[in-house]
Amino acid sequence: MKYEVDKKGFYGEFGGAYIPEAMYPNIEELKNRYLDIMSGSSFQKEFQDLLRDYVGRPSPLYYARRLSEHYGGRIYLKREDLNHTGSHKVNNTIGQILIAKRLRKTRIIAETGAGQHGVATATVCALMGLKCVVYMGAVDVARQAPNVLRMKMLGAEVIPVESGNKTLKDATNGALRDWINNPLDTHYIIGSVVGPHPYPDMVARLQSVISEEIKWQLMEHEGRENPDYVLACVGGGSNAAGVFYHFLDNPEVKLIGTEAAGLGVDTHETAATLATGSPGVLHSCRTMLMQNEDGQITEPYSISAGLDYPGIGPLHSQLFKSGRAKYESITDQEALDAAFKLTRLEGIIPALESAHAFALLEKMKFQENDVVVINVSGRGDKDMQTYIDVMQKNKMD
Amino acid sequence: MNRIDTLFKKNKDILSIYFTAGHPTLNSTAEIIRTLVEEGVDMIEIGVPFSDPVADGPVIQQSTYKSLENGMSVKLLFEQLKDIRKTVDIPLLLMGYLNPALQYGIEEFCAKCAEVGIDGAILPDLPLEIYQEEYEAAFNRHGIHNIFLATPQTSDERYIQLDKHSGGFLYMVAASSITGAKTGFQDYQQKYFERIKNLDLKLPRVIGFGISTRETFEHACRYANGAIIGSAFVSALEKDGDMKKNIREFVRTIR
Repeated sequence: MKYEVDKKGFYGEFGGAYIPEAMYPNIEELKNRYLDIMSGSSFQKEFQDLLRDYVGRPSPLYYARRLSEHYGGRIYLKREDLNHTGSHKVNNTIGQILIAKRLRKTRIIAETGAGQHGVATATVCALMGLKCVVYMGAVDVARQAPNVLRMKMLGAEVIPVESGNKTLKDATNGALRDWINNPLDTHYIIGSVVGPHPYPDMVARLQSVISEEIKWQLMEHEGRENPDYVLACVGGGSNAAGVFYHFLDNPEVKLIGTEAAGLGVDTHETAATLATGSPGVLHSCRTMLMQNEDGQITEPYSISAGLDYPGIGPLHSQLFKSGRAKYESITDQEALDAAFKLTRLEGIIPALESAHAFALLEKMKFQENDVVVINVSGRGDKDMQTYIDVMQKNKMD
Repeated sequence: MNRIDTLFKKNKDILSIYFTAGHPTLNSTAEIIRTLVEEGVDMIEIGVPFSDPVADGPVIQQSTYKSLENGMSVKLLFEQLKDIRKTVDIPLLLMGYLNPALQYGIEEFCAKCAEVGIDGAILPDLPLEIYQEEYEAAFNRHGIHNIFLATPQTSDERYIQLDKHSGGFLYMVAASSITGAKTGFQDYQQKYFERIKNLDLKLPRVIGFGISTRETFEHACRYANGAIIGSAFVSALEKDGDMKKNIREFVRTIR
């Protein structure tokens, strides 16, 4: 594969493992073992069985008739929102907890923004009977309250992080510090294609089930494996990595990621890393970052807690640089409008993150026969308060 | 000869102190250094603030945020240090995270260190392999030591490798933790100190993380050539009253 990570853990100039020495034994062990573990038959059997019987995979590929009539083209929705726990995040946490067990780890830590990854991690920890600690920015604890309660009900300890902007970046700092403090019994389940090698590759592989399914599902629907367009939202970029993965080497498939512009890419209130960033090192990985000229990370902003991150996975930095994928910016308002439009046209309430992918439809011009796949990375239950506020403001009924 | 090498050749029981530049006030950097020198400290690590200090505990995190709020930057720090060698002879190191140095430019960073008289750098998130491949040449060109850290989880083989490539000394992290670790040593640390003492490393070792009192300092010195105090000193700087007096009082509690 042309866009695969190299032996040293880089995608072109991006990636690597810029880790403190304290993390070296854990990262080295993971790096040396993840591919063997994941290709082993015991792992594969357990992973596939759980994806089918516990998560509910394959997730449907749904032909969205009214959306297609509205925007043109033949638009299909990949329904990751129908997974157990309500988003694509569980594909990764199922895989990583099986890896953690094989590494004989007994304690799991995670960071979370919107709470989707936190819930997915707390869920698999309950399933496997492992102790679970989730770091979450204090601002996100407040704005994603239902997910905090779910994690607690699942038995996880949720630790609010009070540093920085108190969002996803700060939660990640908290989890990394925990791992340095607990080097022996703990596995860190990173929720996106970020962090030190091998995480970006490992998470992309675990999420690649999404595009693997699309290939045969599209064959059933359309008699062809490859769509013309694939659209996905990008924060760290794990759902986009999963939905792009098996199309990366098919250049005729146009891949488009949508970043969160927040209030706009020319304001300071944005989380559009590729639109506004430059290369640097954060969270043990060299990638595109929002930063000032002194190398200090700029605090991001987005209405969507899951996209509110000043970095992006190194794979996406490389896809952006090489031009293999395109990335567009979507504002808070555009995402909100798209969420309501999808809800009224198809009866699907998307997560705010996923709504950023749908907002791109407003800016696209499709031919009648274009086949378009959009990843519905998560469902909107956790965002109901935001949506209710919008309805009250607009006096919608 | 690099001042770090000279120091370790002559002295033992080295007392090294860390503080964050730009904290407690933006322009306190030079005064803190001079006062520490007056008090007989052997070596100083000047912390370069970074917005996301993942290897640091609450005390150094807070000092970092304060410093950035005060307006500190790599550029300004070099400006503050430009005359420091007129009055200070002991080894001075910069300690911080990779990204600010990367954005400054590693070549320029090393050149500027040499120009103002910085002897070494400690960048905890720059691992050995990437250092060798990308940056070692620049450090060598400008005669700047790059010091590696090793922890209780670091294997003997890895310790020997780090010993081979570290510049001047090896930073021996005492605890499996971020900075500001609990003071006092547990059994596993004692065994670790002895394991490393028996490795017959070529470089001097300095122990840091969890050193905050005379007792822990002296204990560490039995297993290494000296010790580093960070969080405890940063806390002392935050006390009310005259800063110089606070510095003096703190150093005198150590030796």
